Amino acid sequence: MSEGNMNLTLKVWRQKNQKQKGELVTYPVSNVSPDMSFLEMFDVLNEDLVEKGQEPIAFDHDCREGICGMCSMFINGRPHGPKEGITTCQLHMRSFKDGDTVVVEPWRATAFPVIKDLVVDRSAFDRIIAAGGFISVNTGNAQDANALPIAKEDADKSFEAAACIGCGACVATCKNASAMLFVSAKVSQLALLPQGQPERYSRVQNMVEQMDKEGFGNCTNTGACEVECPKGISLENIARMNRDYLVAKAAH
Amino acid sequence: MSSSSSFFTSSLGRKFVMGITGIFLITFLIVHVGVNAMVFLDSSGELFNTAAHFMGTNWLIRSMEFVLFAGIILHIVQSVVLTRANKAARPEGYAVSGSNVNSKWYSRSMGLLGTLILMFLIIHLCHFWVEARFGIWGGIPEGTVAGTHDMFAQMKIIFSNPIIVAVYVLAMISLSYHLMHGFQSAFQSLGLNHYKYTPAIKAIGIWYSIIVPVLFALMPLYVHFVINK
Ligand code: SF4
Ligand code: FES
Repeated sequence: MSEGNMNLTLKVWRQKNQKQKGELVTYPVSNVSPDMSFLEMFDVLNEDLVEKGQEPIAFDHDCREGICGMCSMFINGRPHGPKEGITTCQLHMRSFKDGDTVVVEPWRATAFPVIKDLVVDRSAFDRIIAAGGFISVNTGNAQDANALPIAKEDADKSFEAAACIGCGACVATCKNASAMLFVSAKVSQLALLPQGQPERYSRVQNMVEQMDKEGFGNCTNTGACEVECPKGISLENIARMNRDYLVAKAAH
Repeated sequence: MSSSSSFFTSSLGRKFVMGITGIFLITFLIVHVGVNAMVFLDSSGELFNTAAHFMGTNWLIRSMEFVLFAGIILHIVQSVVLTRANKAARPEGYAVSGSNVNSKWYSRSMGLLGTLILMFLIIHLCHFWVEARFGIWGGIPEGTVAGTHDMFAQMKIIFSNPIIVAVYVLAMISLSYHLMHGFQSAFQSLGLNHYKYTPAIKAIGIWYSIIVPVLFALMPLYVHFVINK
């Protein structure tokens, strides 16, 4: 074993499909380089499994640079692992010590059913977006960007909300499996801009209605989502959504 | 285009009701603790009895009693509905939970703390409110003026029992933690989050959740250890 490399015990959730019951299966992994990313460590483990003629562990991933939001892994009790402000694909093995036991589970929520092993179905998020997370514009030339004055603070806040990558870590960590951080980010990014105004109040109603239909839980303001969100989405967005929803129901 | 779903059965609407009833109950506690404080100002109990008599007979206060009970019931009913939905949203838990790192235990235990407070509330109502209204267990001793209640004397009887004193004090610890999260959480649920005011709301919330339960807890202790001696 080269210097600095470590041996770990992985306990990974294995589940054949949505119907069957799953369980944690233990895999010893040896000679793990601290420079590997968490997903690379899984790649190596999977190659091993394939060589041994076993079924590799299914897990979601795509960009591997923290922008797509696919890499959903609940590592030692926390979404995306022990570090804050990063996704699983940005987590490196140097965050662990030789001899550590690492438990890896899928996101757990009724609205995110497990498809296989660590892969969950997050299309509930897509349906929430389809319910209102857009603006309707007529086609034609894009107008000059400066034609529409936007206050710097609003532009910044909108941009911060737009940083949400739809990973679902907020739902995964929330004791209520609530999606309110995600939905509020998607409501806020448009509510803060002039382009979002025409549909502002129908949008928030439709998106909240869809969120409720999908079977997510209800926010109790524990603030866990804000801590675990890899993109630092703020609870202020949830308050904005609450406000807009109240105004929408009262006056629109 | 307004969607047809009702505000009060939506997730955000229920949260709103939790928040607004919570803030209402918080303001009620200020009145209650204010009346209690009379005991510390006048250990003969006369001032307290005058205040209690006013609270028990003034028509405005008496009609607010209905609003108060309605507020408590709404708060409880909504919390039960929300908690059940939340349990259904995650029927299968995690093998390992790291929630201690990302949130406070009392923010995750509002249901438990609230249940303890409710149990206390029932005991407390039996001690004073039920006795004053219905006199089921012998009623409240009569005051110096005929037809009035000597609430102070009732207090001395109830708080002569050290176990009851302990129950009251423990309940106030639950109340303190419930408020510690609930105070600021209520404002957030109403959408009142602003960089100028939220830090102040949070600070006031912490002070409130310490001072008010401590004042409440001091009363049975004071009666048991000082006045009854
Ligand atoms: S709010 Fe944060 S944690 Fe939730 S989906 Fe968006 S990026 Fe992920
Ligand atoms: S794989 Fe795209 S964010 Fe991790």
